[in-house]
Amino acid sequence: MHAKTIAEIAKDLRNKEYSSEEITQHYLDRIKRLDPTYNSYVTTTEELALEQARAADQRLAQGDNNPLCGVPIAHKDIFCTNGVRTSCGSKMLDNFVPPYDATIVENYKHAGAVTLGKVNMDEFAMGSSNETSYYGPVKNPWNTNCVPGGSSGGSAAAVAAQLAPAATASDTGGSIRQPASLCGLTGLKPTYGRVSRWGMIAFASSLDQAGPLTRTAEDAAIMLNTMASYDAKDSTSIDKEVPDYTATLNDDIAGMTVGIPKEYFGEGLNAETGARVEAAIEEYKKLGCNIKEISLPHTHLAVPAYYVIAPAECSANLSRFDGVRYGYRCETPADLNDLYKRSRGEAFGDEVKRRILVGTYALSAGYYDAYYRKAQQVRRLIKQDFVDAFNEVDIIMGPTATSPAFEFGSKGADPIAMYLEDIYTISTNLAGLPGLSIPCGLVDNKPVGLQMIGNYFAEGKLLNAAHKFQQSTDHHQATAPNLD
Amino acid sequence: MEWETVIGLEVHVQLATNTKIFSGASTAFGAEPNTQACAVDLAMPGTLPVPNEQAFRYAVMFGLAIDAEIGKRSVFERKNYFYPDLPKGYQTTQLDAPIVGAGHVEIQLEDGSTKSIRIHHAHLEEDAGKSLHEDFHGMSGIDLNRAGTPLIEIVSEPDMRSSAEAVAFAKKLHSIVTSLGICDGEMSQGSMRFDVNISIRPKGIEQLGTRTETKNLNSFRFMEEAIKLEVERQIDVLEDGDEIVQETRLYNGDTKTARSMRSKEEANDYRYFPCPDLLPVEIDDDYIEAVRQSLPELPDARQHRFEEQYKLSAYDASILAADGDTASFFETAVATCKDAKLAANWVMGEMSARLNAEEKSIKDSPVTAEQLGGLIVRIGDNTISNKIAKQVFEAMWAGEGDADSIIEAKGLKQMSDTGELEKIVDEVLANSQAMIDDWLASDEKKRKKKMGGFMGPIMKATKGQANPGMVNQILSKKLNDLL
Amino acid sequence: MDRSEITRLAELARIEITDATIDEAASSITDVLKLVDQLQAADTEGVPPMAHPLDATQKLRADQVSEDNRREAFQAIAPATEDGLYLVPKVID
Repeated sequence: MHAKTIAEIAKDLRNKEYSSEEITQHYLDRIKRLDPTYNSYVTTTEELALEQARAADQRLAQGDNNPLCGVPIAHKDIFCTNGVRTSCGSKMLDNFVPPYDATIVENYKHAGAVTLGKVNMDEFAMGSSNETSYYGPVKNPWNTNCVPGGSSGGSAAAVAAQLAPAATASDTGGSIRQPASLCGLTGLKPTYGRVSRWGMIAFASSLDQAGPLTRTAEDAAIMLNTMASYDAKDSTSIDKEVPDYTATLNDDIAGMTVGIPKEYFGEGLNAETGARVEAAIEEYKKLGCNIKEISLPHTHLAVPAYYVIAPAECSANLSRFDGVRYGYRCETPADLNDLYKRSRGEAFGDEVKRRILVGTYALSAGYYDAYYRKAQQVRRLIKQDFVDAFNEVDIIMGPTATSPAFEFGSKGADPIAMYLEDIYTISTNLAGLPGLSIPCGLVDNKPVGLQMIGNYFAEGKLLNAAHKFQQSTDHHQATAPNLD
Repeated sequence: MEWETVIGLEVHVQLATNTKIFSGASTAFGAEPNTQACAVDLAMPGTLPVPNEQAFRYAVMFGLAIDAEIGKRSVFERKNYFYPDLPKGYQTTQLDAPIVGAGHVEIQLEDGSTKSIRIHHAHLEEDAGKSLHEDFHGMSGIDLNRAGTPLIEIVSEPDMRSSAEAVAFAKKLHSIVTSLGICDGEMSQGSMRFDVNISIRPKGIEQLGTRTETKNLNSFRFMEEAIKLEVERQIDVLEDGDEIVQETRLYNGDTKTARSMRSKEEANDYRYFPCPDLLPVEIDDDYIEAVRQSLPELPDARQHRFEEQYKLSAYDASILAADGDTASFFETAVATCKDAKLAANWVMGEMSARLNAEEKSIKDSPVTAEQLGGLIVRIGDNTISNKIAKQVFEAMWAGEGDADSIIEAKGLKQMSDTGELEKIVDEVLANSQAMIDDWLASDEKKRKKKMGGFMGPIMKATKGQANPGMVNQILSKKLNDLL
Repeated sequence: MDRSEITRLAELARIEITDATIDEAASSITDVLKLVDQLQAADTEGVPPMAHPLDATQKLRADQVSEDNRREAFQAIAPATEDGLYLVPKVID
């Protein structure tokens, strides 16, 4: 039951193979039994889940045709859930129970999906290994000595360990795609503005975008159909019709032009990972695609630009955590300044503090032009690279991450090594483009991912290309070894 | 040495919208603490701002009223600092691309001259909450109802040279925003707050001196007092050979003293950057034109109309035209009594004195414009004298009805019956032989003056109701007959 | 990036940095700044800064009250309140 995709569960529920309550209970039991190994859940919502499942069973009995109705899913703990603790992986919000839902949480509730719980993440989504979480690191189900990737490591590990058929996630610099790559999943970061950010705790507002982590492209399409919406509560949400992403999954991709950026295959890319990615591109050739080498000349500036813009935005976004209205407050503050400094000093982890300080520096008097303004200019150059590329190609492909999952602690001491982990994914966030990662083979018995980048609002095309690949290959069917 | 004062103002005007600038919470004044602070206003995690159209419309109205360039693409920025009344840890405001660009405002000085004060720009921003300093076991209480109330901050050039000019400018802004209906103008509720930048320099020297900023003045009187106090302080400092320290000061209207604000002294680094949760706001010419067409009559235009239509002096017209409520009160009164001069005198005199004494606004006046008009009619047709009119006005103020019914009920009608008046004059003269002798002994010039001496007893005898003009005639005839 | 610079930033950001961690913070932030300094080599002459990925413009909201009083729910999760107010150590102007 727990190896099934959303599409399969939707079919089974309608064929009365089992009820939503049964599969929900099954997942809850698995989480209880197995998650101590993976640490993917921060909170399980057993009561809520069973209540939602029973309601879904009633809707199903009345012929509800939403494929998510009765399907259990997990939410990244960055999305506010009414009445359910939302920690964002931080001590700061360890006691925070929001009295409101994120728009996407509401969307899934309307669809009839069942919330199994809230999954672990890097603190405030800052990290690429899930090692910065206040709730401890998440283990990669493929190899528990290795990281699951981050920041959506809990989402990825939960799905890879079959503790949820799918999970919501968010991506500011690669936080959906890199864990997808490291855990052998399909992960989609939609176009900036496609999915509402209301109720998603902000890291870097101009880069953050929610998306799904699933086993297949088809499931990602089903998840995105519900997740995507125009939301008047989010000024950056784009008022554009949401197509049925499942309707175009089987479109013919023959004749599609695939651009291969030479900058994505340089030094720093693990050779075997590169080989799997090239093999996948070969597969696309077989599917009738034209492969074309392209250049994204400002790629090398993406990580530097990102580590100005994201910290700058986060330095302001995280100012609201001041111990006054919610969240952590230090004991017996001596005065106002002490309240601020100790509440924040005691409750934020090292990586969060580091980024706040870097952002504070980049925006401070005398440095703004050299850092922030410069980074925003470079950001335009990076976007222009893509605009130029999409004049020639339909889709861009390359590796998602430089290597398969690495071991715990191997990059922890060196923030720069960790930052470079996102070298292939960050440009997409800077440009606001949609990106997707699908499994394309194993290296050292660990999965690696193929990244695809589409033009603005071309999620349908990405999912179509991914689905066609998954129809003709079985990389996505590989599961972590020793799964119970 | 002779010093010149240089003053610039930053004026915070709360816009009279129904909701906050970035949330759908109400802005109504006086609610229970934190009952009008929604998730956005409280900066709950994951919440996002969406700007209020009406706030933009009001800002554009102000821009058009001061003849300013309208920012067709305005951008919100974050101004970062920590303060408990600022829930996000930054204020969302505008910096490089404000909604209102450079403009100007004409002020009328008491000597009748006018002066143009340049406006540097005006921008939209959100108000902060309030820190209540009553003692909660050594703690302060924070009320965030006001947080997110839309403001325009109007920044003037340092064009004012005296407290009188600064007050005239402040009053003119008050007059403009209330006439536009974009602000309720309730100073006591903080609807308009003034930050005054003050420096002094030796007369004739171009270079500006070091300035101080006195923050958060919320009445014209306090503003005037604070400026005078600060100018004196600066003169003392400089004449003692010391230097002015650039600082933020706080004026206490109760104690009439000012002090430096220590908390603002530490060097601030606000780290402005464009707010990534908001997009640039674009406004096109059609929108601006539509707003222009909808503008109500502005104070300057109204003043000119009053001068023309009612033949008022420029100064009287400027006072009556200053705010919409006063103007419409005056015009309603004139419509009833058809005597603009008298109506102007009454509105600016008795009415205004009474309102000031009771700290009431003209909207809340117990005497309506129609009632005042009715009173003036009775002055004009000689039913009552000016003196009696004041008595009637008091009764109207006390809620005793309109002029006619009060005159009737109290029997205040002027005595204009010749026969009756002659009788009374005869009686008074019969009892005033000494005064008559004195009058007869005086020369012609003094006689005129001394005739007034008989008026007192006559008025007393008639309880003030004698028609003074008629009494004068009768008296002068009777006295002259004695010559 | 020296100790005093870190102290200044930490003060601006209202984050307590203990004496024991200040050197490590200084060195790791220096590393990050070295990384981002690569930006200086980019030729950005005449390139307008890009604040948002999409060249969209702001939609404005109608001025209608849409929020009810939810003080009780919001203050249920607050560290310290009294009489409907959030409590903080004394604010000195």
